[in-house]
Amino acid sequence: MSTEFEPKILAFVCNWCTYAGADLTGTSRIKYASNVKIVRFPCTGRIDFMLLLKAFAGGADGVIVSGCHPNDCHYTSGNFHARRRWMLFRGLLDFLGIDVRRIQFSWVSAAEGAKWAEVVNKTVADVRELGPYSEYKKAAEFLAGNEDVLLKEQEVAQ
Amino acid sequence: MNELRSKVKELLGSNALELFIGYERGTRLPRPLLAASAEDADRLIFDEYCTGNLAVYLTRKDLVGGKKTGIAASYYAMRNICRLLDENQLQEGAIKIFGLTPEGTLKAFDTIADVRRYLQETPAPSKQVEDEWVQEIDAMPAAERWKFWTSELSKCFKCYACRAACPMCYCTKCIVEVNRPQWVQPWAATLSNMEWQINRVMHMAGRCADCGACGTACPLGIPVHIIAHKMAEMVRQSFGEPAGKGAVLSTFNPNDEENFIR
Repeated sequence: MSTEFEPKILAFVCNWCTYAGADLTGTSRIKYASNVKIVRFPCTGRIDFMLLLKAFAGGADGVIVSGCHPNDCHYTSGNFHARRRWMLFRGLLDFLGIDVRRIQFSWVSAAEGAKWAEVVNKTVADVRELGPYSEYKKAAEFLAGNEDVLLKEQEVAQ
Repeated sequence: MNELRSKVKELLGSNALELFIGYERGTRLPRPLLAASAEDADRLIFDEYCTGNLAVYLTRKDLVGGKKTGIAASYYAMRNICRLLDENQLQEGAIKIFGLTPEGTLKAFDTIADVRRYLQETPAPSKQVEDEWVQEIDAMPAAERWKFWTSELSKCFKCYACRAACPMCYCTKCIVEVNRPQWVQPWAATLSNMEWQINRVMHMAGRCADCGACGTACPLGIPVHIIAHKMAEMVRQSFGEPAGKGAVLSTFNPNDEENFIR
C-alpha cells in the first residue's frame, strides 16, 4: 500500500452550474483526481462560511468553492453576494493565520467539464505539496495536547 | 459638566425625556449611569475619559423600551446610533443625543440629520494604535499569525463580554446559543473561540463603527477589537465607506473586484 499523502478535498458547489459541470466531466469521460468529495448546494449564496471552517475542523486538507460565473446565477444574484462574502472572509482568515492557499474559489459553468477537472487537479496538486492540514484540526480538539494532565486528574488519590 | 446636568435636569423635569444614559464617576474610569430623575442627573459627568460606548443600552428593551431617551455619546457611539437607525432598531423621535466634541465642549443635537452631518464633517478620532497593530500582524508570515492568534484566543473563557459591549450585537438569539446545528462549540477551546470571533466579525462587516468597545471589555485583554478593526479596513478598501441602508454583505455590486477566484 502506498504511504504517500493523499489530500482530502471537500468541494462545495452550486447545483446549477458546477454540479452540472462536474457531471459533464464524468459523461465526457475526463479523468481527474479522486480526492474530491462534492457537496451540492442550491447556490453559492447558500454556502455559509462556517461550512468551510467545519470542513477543516472535520479533517479536510483543502476546500473548493465553486459556482456559476457572475451574471449566470440561477437566482440572479446569489453568486454576487457570495463573492462579497468570500472577499471579506478570505482576508479575515488570512489575517488570523489560517492557510488560505487551501481554499480554492472558482467559477465553473455547466459547460465547463474540462475546467472542473483542471480546478480539481490543480487544487489536489497544490494541497499535496502543502501537506496535511493538522494545525487547524488540532486546535479543534478539546483539550488537545493535555491528555497527560487529564489522565492525572482522573487518577483516584490513594 | 454643569451645563449637561442642568440641561438633563430640565429635560427630565419637563418630561421631555424619561431616561438619560450618561456617565458617573467610577472607581477608575467613568461608569454608565441610567438617570431617571433630577437627583440622578446630579451625578452625571462627561469628559474625555468617557469613552465607553453607551449606545449599547439603546437596544435594551428592558431598560429603554418605549421611553424617550437621552444619551451622552462619543463620536463612535454616534456612528452606532446612525447605523442602528438605518437598521430600524431605534425610533428617530425617541432619542436625544449629546455629543462631546474633540475640543471637549458639549454639543446637543436636535435631529439625526445633524448628527450625520457632524459625523461627516468631523474627522474620526485617531486609530493609530489599532493601525499599528494591524500593520504589525499583517507583516508576520502566516504561520506566525496563526501562532499569535491561537495563543491569544486560547486564553478566552467565553464570557461573551465582547458581545455584550457591542451596540451592534443586538440579536435576541445569537448563533452561539443555537444548537441545531451547533455551529460554535459551547466550551472554551482555542478553535471554537476563534470561530466565535470569525462569526462575530463577519456579522459586523460594514456595520461595525470600529469603536473598540469589544477589546476594552475583554477581561483578559485579548485584542479582539483589532480583528474588527481589520474587518472595517477591508470593507473600506473593497467597497468604500459603508453608507445608508443595506449592509455590505446584504447588497452587492456586479463590478466588485477580487483576484482569487479562478
